[in-house]
Amino acid sequence: MSLSMSKRRAWLLAVAAGGLAVVGCGSSGSTVGVTPTSVTFGTHQPLTGPAAPGYSEIAPASIAFFKYVNAHGGVWGRKINLIVKNDEYNPTQTVNVVHQLVLQEKVFGIFEGLGTPTHTKVVGFLNSEKVPDLFVASGCPCWDNGAEHPYTFGWQPNYTIEGKILGQYIAQHFAGKKVGVLYQNDDFGNGGLAGIRDEVPSKDIVATQPYEPGTTTLAAQITAIKSAGAEVLVDFTVPIYTAIGQLTAFTLGYTPQLVVSSVGIDPTTVAALLKTISKGKASGTALIEGAITTNYLPSSTETSNPWIALFRRIHSEYDPGTPFDGNTVYGMATAYTLVQALKAAGKNLTREAIVKAVEEGGKSWSGPGLVPFRYTKTQHGGYGGAEIGRVEGGKIVLSGKPLLTEPTAGTPITPYTGSQPAPPTGGVPSE
Amino acid sequence: MRALARVGAVRAAVVVLLAALAFGAVSSLVGEYRDLQLADGAYYFAALIGLSVLIGFGGKISLGHGAFMAVGAYAVALLVADEHWPLVGALAAATAVSALVGAVLGAAASRLQGPYLAGVTLTLAVALPQIGNRFPETLGGENGLVIDPPAPPSFLGSSFPPQRYLAWIAGLGALAALFFIYNMTRSGAGRALRAVRDDEVAAALCGCHVGRTQTVAFVLSAACAGLGGGLATVVLQLAQPGAFPLELSLRIFAAAVIGGVGSLWGAFWAAALLVLLPNWSHDIAQSLSLSGNVAANLPLAIYGVMLIVAMLLWPGGIQAGLRQLSGLLKRAYSSRHSVTQSNPAK
Repeated sequence: MSLSMSKRRAWLLAVAAGGLAVVGCGSSGSTVGVTPTSVTFGTHQPLTGPAAPGYSEIAPASIAFFKYVNAHGGVWGRKINLIVKNDEYNPTQTVNVVHQLVLQEKVFGIFEGLGTPTHTKVVGFLNSEKVPDLFVASGCPCWDNGAEHPYTFGWQPNYTIEGKILGQYIAQHFAGKKVGVLYQNDDFGNGGLAGIRDEVPSKDIVATQPYEPGTTTLAAQITAIKSAGAEVLVDFTVPIYTAIGQLTAFTLGYTPQLVVSSVGIDPTTVAALLKTISKGKASGTALIEGAITTNYLPSSTETSNPWIALFRRIHSEYDPGTPFDGNTVYGMATAYTLVQALKAAGKNLTREAIVKAVEEGGKSWSGPGLVPFRYTKTQHGGYGGAEIGRVEGGKIVLSGKPLLTEPTAGTPITPYTGSQPAPPTGGVPSE
Repeated sequence: MRALARVGAVRAAVVVLLAALAFGAVSSLVGEYRDLQLADGAYYFAALIGLSVLIGFGGKISLGHGAFMAVGAYAVALLVADEHWPLVGALAAATAVSALVGAVLGAAASRLQGPYLAGVTLTLAVALPQIGNRFPETLGGENGLVIDPPAPPSFLGSSFPPQRYLAWIAGLGALAALFFIYNMTRSGAGRALRAVRDDEVAAALCGCHVGRTQTVAFVLSAACAGLGGGLATVVLQLAQPGAFPLELSLRIFAAAVIGGVGSLWGAFWAAALLVLLPNWSHDIAQSLSLSGNVAANLPLAIYGVMLIVAMLLWPGGIQAGLRQLSGLLKRAYSSRHSVTQSNPAK
């Protein structure tokens, strides 16, 4: 095969390369991704891969809520579109799909991009391109920095806030017991661990074991925690590693009191994972029964809650065929907040306007959340607290009052005295 | 002899210059996203010409080129993020480090044939990227290593799109690989490679050192892949195990064969395929509303089908197919031409 390349072929090269380069047309409107009748967001979600079980339901739930709002006239006459790209919870894919969403699909903003290891790789890009990065689906403390990342907003409680609330519960209810922590080796796990360390006396923390997302076994970590004599096991894990961890503990005959971050305990999701991983041997939620967790949203099984009733109604109309669980509630609740933000940004929607709307108004928005948001110009971290819950018979039963705190070490944890308002008539936010 | 070499180098320089002009022109015409795709294509191209030399000239196969890319990628990330090396130095070092890894493996590879060599390189592709997870303190684990985006120099103007700058960096890297490989394949070393590929015994009788020649092919190929991986780190500003799964190695191999091995144009088609196919397959999956699990595996399935089709119709890949086609057209044209010329004589 000859390798000679004459001038003529070089021309061919230029023509071929030119042929590949079909220039994408930009919209002629003033703001990217916005027309008088529509606004388009993009998101990166794990539709396949280790984080997909459970989490892959979130974006469809958000889309269902948007369809519901669109059917009721949209926001300022605009229909909300959401383009979902699969990043497989693989940071390299996240970079690729977010580039594509922003530069090719020309979205107005990124909405509920999921994951800490994934989204940390695109925050710099989104902020340098001045793209609103709203309500990241991760409680990493790293979003909580309006000075450095003015366009990025978290939504769920900062993991350190959650860790502190769980830590206080451990210090109060399991005082003097030895504590072992299993955590994802990134800002998610480290943020949660920081909160635990803030509340639990350091002499009681006998083992801290990190794992890398993507691994298929936790045998080494669970064995180390067991042999350190931990009587309380705290998990800062995504659902699949909660399941793997509990199965490993079960085969080792290790039955500590389980405490799990809200991220990794949705009972429907974990039960399905336990069944799949154990090839049907473990059924139901027996392995996570009694686990302590937190929630900042009403529990999906609380049918009497008017928010859950609203979300169930929308789910059965626009997203039937998928289970209704904590992920569904999550997806709809974030979508609700986005609609609030779009309302507050006004008819003349710009990227700056929506950022300003969240910074100035977000703190006072009421919705499905049990506690208020913390949004200010510098604080971009989402909900300011959570309520303790317990897994009982496959459901998360919340108890006590929602608790509020700040992520900084040493700040007190105080009960929230406000109550959750009922959803507006019609279910579309009016403010 | 020396004059001949100089003529060869001049020809390579002209080729590279023309390619650079074409690349620069295209990147200036297209939008930001296409610029990023050009950057992707460029780093794939660097890795692919290495593989093309190995398969097409060396007669050896490697299913582990993703691993060499990972070596280059992590080298650049470590040198730029921790040691604050300039990009050029880091990329050169990444190329050298992967060449070193290639030399070790190449020494073993020169003793192995066919499926055994495939097995060894496959193991490398599976195992090597996991080293990042083994040493999370230095290599960042699954979270990976992040570098700052390279800022376009001020003389390009403040409105110069950063994506185009990335495309230019990756393009220059790819052109450097092109220049080197173009020259090499026309040198004594290139002829020795082909001689060894075609008949080891005959080549040895002519004075070629078979083992050494094959090791050299492996080293060159690994160096190109390392450069490609290093460029990938610059483009993505990230080196992470998820960027170098086994699937990447298989994808590169399949694309190289479909494009046409042993030809620089083949590497060009292969790079275009690697960049464009994932988007096409995404569109196909969406228009057929396939489920997530099917959609995620669709690109690999398409490579498989294309590989089978290419092997049946055009065993030489896209490049050989195009050459056949142009030959047919030329013949058709010249025969018609001769007919029209002969007409007035009648």
